[in-house]
Amino acid sequence: MFYRTAGQFKTDYQSDFALFPVRQDAWLLAFILLLAFVVFPMTADEFTFRALLIPVLIYSLAALGLNILTGFAGQLSLGTGAFMGVGAYACYKLVTIFPEINLIVAIALSGFFSATVGMAFGLPSLRIKGFYLAIATLAAQFFLVWLFQKWAWLYNYSTSGAIQVPNIDMFGITIAGPNAKAITQYYVVLCVVAVVTYLAINITRGRIGRIWKSIRDMDIAAELVGINLMKAKLLAFFVSSYIVGVAGALFVFLWRGAAEANLFDIPLSFRVLFIAIIGGLGSIMGNFLGAILIVALPVLLNTVPHLFGLSISSSAVEHLNVMIIGALIITFLILEPHGLARYWQVIREKLIIWPFPH
Amino acid sequence: MELLNSILVKPFADMIAAPDFLLQVLWEGTVSGVLYALIALGFVLIFKSSRIFNFAQGIMVVFAALTLVGLHQNGVPALLAVPLTLVVMYVLAYGIERVVLRPLVNQPDIILFMATIGITLFLIGFGELIFGGENKRMITEELMIPTGSFEFEPFGGFVLMEQKDIVAVGGAILLVVALLIFLNKSKMGRAIRALGDDHQAALSVGISLSTIWVLVWFIAGVIALVTGIAWGARAGVSFALEVIAYKALPVLMLGGLESVSGAIIGGLAIGILEKLFEIYWGQPLLGGNTETWFAYVLALTVLLFRPQGLFGEKIIERV
Repeated sequence: MFYRTAGQFKTDYQSDFALFPVRQDAWLLAFILLLAFVVFPMTADEFTFRALLIPVLIYSLAALGLNILTGFAGQLSLGTGAFMGVGAYACYKLVTIFPEINLIVAIALSGFFSATVGMAFGLPSLRIKGFYLAIATLAAQFFLVWLFQKWAWLYNYSTSGAIQVPNIDMFGITIAGPNAKAITQYYVVLCVVAVVTYLAINITRGRIGRIWKSIRDMDIAAELVGINLMKAKLLAFFVSSYIVGVAGALFVFLWRGAAEANLFDIPLSFRVLFIAIIGGLGSIMGNFLGAILIVALPVLLNTVPHLFGLSISSSAVEHLNVMIIGALIITFLILEPHGLARYWQVIREKLIIWPFPH
Repeated sequence: MELLNSILVKPFADMIAAPDFLLQVLWEGTVSGVLYALIALGFVLIFKSSRIFNFAQGIMVVFAALTLVGLHQNGVPALLAVPLTLVVMYVLAYGIERVVLRPLVNQPDIILFMATIGITLFLIGFGELIFGGENKRMITEELMIPTGSFEFEPFGGFVLMEQKDIVAVGGAILLVVALLIFLNKSKMGRAIRALGDDHQAALSVGISLSTIWVLVWFIAGVIALVTGIAWGARAGVSFALEVIAYKALPVLMLGGLESVSGAIIGGLAIGILEKLFEIYWGQPLLGGNTETWFAYVLALTVLLFRPQGLFGEKIIERV
């Protein structure tokens, strides 16, 4: 009943190709955007911005990048963290070499660095597949993190080996660095994420996205119908690493404020992979649902013992958190291997026929 | 020219100039190579019989070692702690099969892979909660492993071999031989190989999938315990040990995911080559610590020429 599409006639191809052929989808999106742009900023406090809203957006973006590679083009990658690192370090070098550059431009440019690096590490995908490729991307992970530590030029020879975000103004407002307000950072991140997501939706539902899906489903068959595998796979690596790099730059510049090489080590890659898989491979919306789950879980788990008046030492809570997250990942995979996005589809089907189930 | 000299000539000149040091490096490489090979063997067994890429193998090593040390700390005699740890590993294998694997039969590979990462996280949290996160000493003497060392003086130099390393290598060889005999001669072993060749056919002749899976995960647990004792004797027992799991992955790439002999040869090759590279090229030229990535780059280079690894099954694809 709520999702009834009866009466929404399409009279030309143009409207059939529209981003939201079903009117209710558009309303829902408008509602979510209203929440994100107006309601959350008005109600959230500093802690909510820093601990929930900003990380959810940034992790969603990183997962979106990974999802394009793994969910759409079918190439499993475990090097996401390192590619985020490339984006972050590239952005840091750009900002420190050209201090007058606009931060958004710097972030957009730094994506190209990680895209190039990602494409170089994607070259083996032309020869190797599946788990062999996954381990091969681990080569990128370990090599790049090692490089971040050893190549002092990357962090401007600072003694700590960490990169520190300077104060950066845009149109008279501080948007990055220690002086920036959380709400401005939130808006910057939100705008970037919204634009990139819009582009990603349109790439994945168009010609290129269909090529990627055909490679994912069976690459030999795709080659036989005339798809250039090399071009398509490398393009997938390029686009994916670009988005991941942008997410990495945002990660450091608009959220963490400082970063060491270890930050981009393998746990980060796995966290992003969890988000993509729990959200649902091959789905754009799934990334956001997965990120909400993975980011909010530890915050929730930290507050639960207090609610019951239990006093557990903080290290025990941390260990419990790791354990519970592991158990929850397994539970989610068992309950719905296609991820949270699949739940939304089920709910939608139900809403269409509700209240008459047959 | 200077650079070429330091890459192509100087390392070899150093090797010839100090043959005793070279022998020492080779021995160290062999010991760590044997341990990489053991971990890779655990991976291969599980992958062969169930097509599951078991990321948790590295953490099982830590978990087994922690259980052993933890039991001993709570007053269990060392020689009784070993069989008790084996019981714990069996319970773990049974639990994993029952809770995680059985509901996920027939899911895509990547889902099962993610599930093993879930197991990894669970075991890390569980282990630290029970045994604490600090570094523990492996109960080497209590297990009656000699801790002295032999010294040789070849070429007028000096080579030091620790007895516990020799025991580790010997134990690993024994374990591998026993495993090969089990796989090739016993009925259960044949069932495992049958399952690896063809699931459907194996099921249709009455091989029980769940029994074999529990068995295979238990064998992986036994291997993990041996590796844990050997590695723990060298570096202490803590969750920092999990990095050796990442070392075993390139071994798998190099040797092939399905090949037992590939895991052994790949492990030895990577152990020795990464030590050589670190000492003679990495430290003088690249600032050291190259061991984190060298194995991956090596394996990647090999894969470019043989996409299924050195000993893996040839990949035949049909549309």
